[in-house]
Amino acid sequence: MSHIVEKVVAGDVRTVARLIRDIDDGMPEVREVLKGLYPHTGRAYVIGITGAPGVGKSTLVDQMVAHLRKRDKTVGVLAVDPTSPFSGGAILGDRVRMQRHSMDQGVFIRSLATRGHFGGLTQSTRSAIDVLDAMGKDFILVETVGVGQDEVDVVRSAHTTVIVVIPGMGDDIQAIKAGILEVGDIFLINKADREGADKTLSDLRLMIDMDQKKYDRGSWKPPILKVQAVFDKGITEFLEEIDRHAEYLATTAGGLQTRGTRDKVSQELGEMIKARLIEEVIDRLTESGDFDRAVESIVKGKTDPYTACENLVFPILSSSP
Amino acid sequence: MMRQKRRVRVMVAKPGLDGHDRGARIIARAYRDAGFEVVYTGLHQTPEEIVEAAIQEDVDMIGLSSLAGAHKYLFPAVVEFLKERGADDIVVCGGGIIPDDDIDKLKEAGVKEVFTPGTPLEEIVNWVENNVKPRQD
Repeated sequence: MSHIVEKVVAGDVRTVARLIRDIDDGMPEVREVLKGLYPHTGRAYVIGITGAPGVGKSTLVDQMVAHLRKRDKTVGVLAVDPTSPFSGGAILGDRVRMQRHSMDQGVFIRSLATRGHFGGLTQSTRSAIDVLDAMGKDFILVETVGVGQDEVDVVRSAHTTVIVVIPGMGDDIQAIKAGILEVGDIFLINKADREGADKTLSDLRLMIDMDQKKYDRGSWKPPILKVQAVFDKGITEFLEEIDRHAEYLATTAGGLQTRGTRDKVSQELGEMIKARLIEEVIDRLTESGDFDRAVESIVKGKTDPYTACENLVFPILSSSP
Repeated sequence: MMRQKRRVRVMVAKPGLDGHDRGARIIARAYRDAGFEVVYTGLHQTPEEIVEAAIQEDVDMIGLSSLAGAHKYLFPAVVEFLKERGADDIVVCGGGIIPDDDIDKLKEAGVKEVFTPGTPLEEIVNWVENNVKPRQD
């Protein structure tokens, strides 16, 4: 195990690539590796980028990588694409926009599929972030389609969360706002040469201004920028806003040091406990055959799922409420 | 962290200057429908770029597509670079407009299988299922 940790810290690409797959596949062995890597994490600045399909996230990430490389920063990219609910397969196509960086030793790009795991996407993506962090990447960019709680959680765990929209998707903003608008630290209107960019800008501004009281008390007020990622327009200004946000985080409670705020740590630990508990419990119940027997008796009408659940869970917890 | 069944991860890549990726996209889709995770790299890739991406993505196989006649250089080059990078456990197969005479040469160079136009998708998927196993170590 310790040699894997050493290789990751030394930046060995193949070891990192394999480890991320093992994390994604939920191999229990990786836990020891992750424990060993933890002291080497907390240095990278993590940026989450989210938005509806087709708004230009991958192109944006590609430009961000180019700009960060000009600043002599190393970059890790995690690009998450959806798994087909029917076949379990996935087409991971974000790399198409970023392939010009594939020969650059200072850049590591990895495509991840959402798969079906409950709560697992957040867990495995976070662990993958830790691996890239330990490998020494200065910046880690995580790109996801912001649909579903898991994906919102993924981008929320970033230092800076970027929401990307495009003009003329007014209804889309409506759809997005329930889930994810609240978590944006920076808003980008990409493809801003298109008709309706100013309307989108004023819609967003209106929404953000509604929280003016919060900003008056010192909260971060999310800036809105118009960019054209494909033409490399507005990216410099965008990265300056990220700098400004990083500065804000560093000077307010918690700061960016290591694992960020207390809130984030407790959220992360809470989720880890949840996932681990469920895993251990289900493992035990399937191994003992109790799970299948319970299913059988519910199917035969001998018991109801509520009772069955209690009968399975309480003995494991060894004390009922 | 729930243990999952290892999935086959493949990369579909278009080396060289040929700009026609319809076939590659159809193959990618067929692979997805078979339950594989498919990384697509897009057009105009150099063999080095493909190999580097395949390593970063930890794929079990690279499927190369070529319709413009440069397969005799490009396909073996991918095999060579994989060896150089110590990643020759990654299976390489290819497809496209490839004359029969070239197929044996490509196989000698380490390309495991070559599919020519008209091969049913099912046959290609079956071949992958039988010849490419998700990494177990």
